Amino acid sequence: MTSIEAQVLQPYKYGFVTDIESDDVPLGLNEDIIRLISRKKSEPAFLLEWRLKAYRHWLTLSEPTWANVHHPPIDYQAIRYYSAPKQQKKLDSLDQVDPKLLETFDKLGIPLAEQKRLSGVAVDAVFDSVSVATTFRAELAKYGIIFCAFSEAVREHPELVEKWLGSVVPASDNFFAALNSAVFTDGSFCYIPKGVRSPLELSTYFRINASSTGQFERTLIVADEGSYVSYLEGCSAPVRDENQLHAAVVELVALDDATIKYSTIQNWYPGDENGKGGIYNFVTKRGACRGRNSKISWTQVETGSAITWKYPGCILQGDNSIGEFYSVAVTNNHQQADTGTKMIHMGRNTRSTIVSKGISAGKGQNTYRGLVKILKGAEDARNYSQCDSMLIGDQCGAHTFPYIDVRNASAIMEHEASTSKIGEDQIFYCKQRGLSAEDAVSLVVNGFCKEVFKELPMEFAVEAQNLLGISLEGSVG
Amino acid sequence: MSTGSGKREAGGVILDIRGLHATVANDAKNEILKGLDLTVRAGEVHAIMGPNGSGKSTLAAVLAGHPAYTVTGGTVTYLGKDLLEMAPEERAREGVFLAFQYPVAIRGITNSYFLRSAVNAVRKHKGQEELDPLDFLQVLETKLKQIGWDDSFLNRAVNDGFSGGEKKRNEILQMAVLEPTLAILDETDSGLDIDALKTVAEAVNALRRPDHATVVVTHYQRLLNYIVPDRVHVLAGGRIVKSGGKELALELEEKGYVGV
Repeated sequence: MTSIEAQVLQPYKYGFVTDIESDDVPLGLNEDIIRLISRKKSEPAFLLEWRLKAYRHWLTLSEPTWANVHHPPIDYQAIRYYSAPKQQKKLDSLDQVDPKLLETFDKLGIPLAEQKRLSGVAVDAVFDSVSVATTFRAELAKYGIIFCAFSEAVREHPELVEKWLGSVVPASDNFFAALNSAVFTDGSFCYIPKGVRSPLELSTYFRINASSTGQFERTLIVADEGSYVSYLEGCSAPVRDENQLHAAVVELVALDDATIKYSTIQNWYPGDENGKGGIYNFVTKRGACRGRNSKISWTQVETGSAITWKYPGCILQGDNSIGEFYSVAVTNNHQQADTGTKMIHMGRNTRSTIVSKGISAGKGQNTYRGLVKILKGAEDARNYSQCDSMLIGDQCGAHTFPYIDVRNASAIMEHEASTSKIGEDQIFYCKQRGLSAEDAVSLVVNGFCKEVFKELPMEFAVEAQNLLGISLEGSVG
Repeated sequence: MSTGSGKREAGGVILDIRGLHATVANDAKNEILKGLDLTVRAGEVHAIMGPNGSGKSTLAAVLAGHPAYTVTGGTVTYLGKDLLEMAPEERAREGVFLAFQYPVAIRGITNSYFLRSAVNAVRKHKGQEELDPLDFLQVLETKLKQIGWDDSFLNRAVNDGFSGGEKKRNEILQMAVLEPTLAILDETDSGLDIDALKTVAEAVNALRRPDHATVVVTHYQRLLNYIVPDRVHVLAGGRIVKSGGKELALELEEKGYVGV
């Protein structure tokens, strides 16, 4: 493989820093910091209590060590838990958003200004610890859809927040979820009323900008009976030598006959070619198919982050409910990923599908870890799992840890796995037909990922393909 | 589709190989080609025959620029240019086509997409406008008609789950669409039954042009009953040891390589 390795590394495209004055809390974590964050956000008492409870529980936990990733210990007192760009208190319209922020999102390909917006997509833009703008809100409101910053939902729809917050990922769920529950600052909230099919794709773009700052956002999506929503999240961060922590929580609730399609294109700064810097992406995502015939589908394209630790799962409570997980995870240079899903079958006739594509290049380590659990009452449950790994070069690794726990004999389980190596022969074959090395790699890799990409909304499938090309540039020559 | 470079009329030299030496993996002990000479002119079909291990496939691979081989001596001139200086993809874009002995599979990518990417890479190189999927479909249909094949290959992933015969046919389809100036067919007959062999040969014949040339690498005479060569060369020990007309192939069939 040595002869196909030398090529110029494409620098990370989104690594710029926005120079903007920010309102920060001091470094470190204690109850006063949590009270301060809560006060800054003018939160109701129940939420502060919830945060403090989570924090006290977090103190009793220790960082999980079972994942197949390695990093120096994280100093939680060296992290800043809140940083927000300074701006006028109350914004009547987007025109009042700091032009620097608008420009930042413009540069990221997420235009927020009225005339330039992406058609068909409503965007909530989160910058460090706060949401700076949400587009198309009025249009969505006509359908009764609530789509806003989480902190706004806390103020304007406290009853909905109180009802659903922590209902899928309890504050005590795990170390990082507990930390998030204590300090989360913003994120998106989304409620689709009964029988409504969202006319727009909803999306949130997360941007980390400030240094020494962690991002702890929380997303909560509730799809009421018979509703449908497709939601997409994207993210990026500046190039920095330090490792920054991103510990998010995403909770989805689908009631009877509701469908939530959740897509992620994760492009946090992955660190440099020597493994310096990059985001630690330690995220808890879970969806509950509470209702009959409900469906939650996760699609993720994970190309960024120094370390990715996430297992978007589905709790299939309602009879006939469906859970899906489609994943492409790429690790290049020194990136590490330990990702997969959890499908918990509780209801009758529940179905789950898992399609995981891991691509390792450079010295990257890629682990699929997935749990399929069929509980006693889950009559006639079915699962299909497919885990494919592709290796580029001979210094990377692919690992698969499927956990299967079946407690009902009527279950039907299928598991397929494969590992392949992108070969000099494949590249040469493409070159012999006139394709460049880059196009050849992108062709082979995109073919490998096709089953996942076809699950993405059209506009983003193209973005994902391009992103994949960039992430792997330099891995094959 | 003329590139306008070199002599392309019938009889003009397309490929000129002089004293070619090549090794595997840049290992001098592994020299396979040991001073090979060959001249191929426009409009001609050349057959390279020889026993196993004589260097036939190495010659094909070296002409295409396979990275596993190192050229240690000699020259290769293609349409007046130094072929060895060109990257593999550049050779392809300039009209050198290799029909692989063992074509590789590319999962998830349809033949028609792959072919269009290849055609557009060539067109871009020539400064021509790239074809959109609809225009390309027309080109494909014309080609399929010319070689008398149906379109059942187009929406299948490149060589994925193809039988040996299907893979070989697919190579010929790619050749038909790319219209190479110099086509090198490496053991295209191996693994083909007699009907498939005929189909492939007929397609190759239908694609013959006075300004193009074909080099057929094979170790059986069988294929040459259908693709009739102008020149036959015997490759042994890394060199062309004997050349002649099509009757040489028959002589080989009768007496074996040792006898000639």
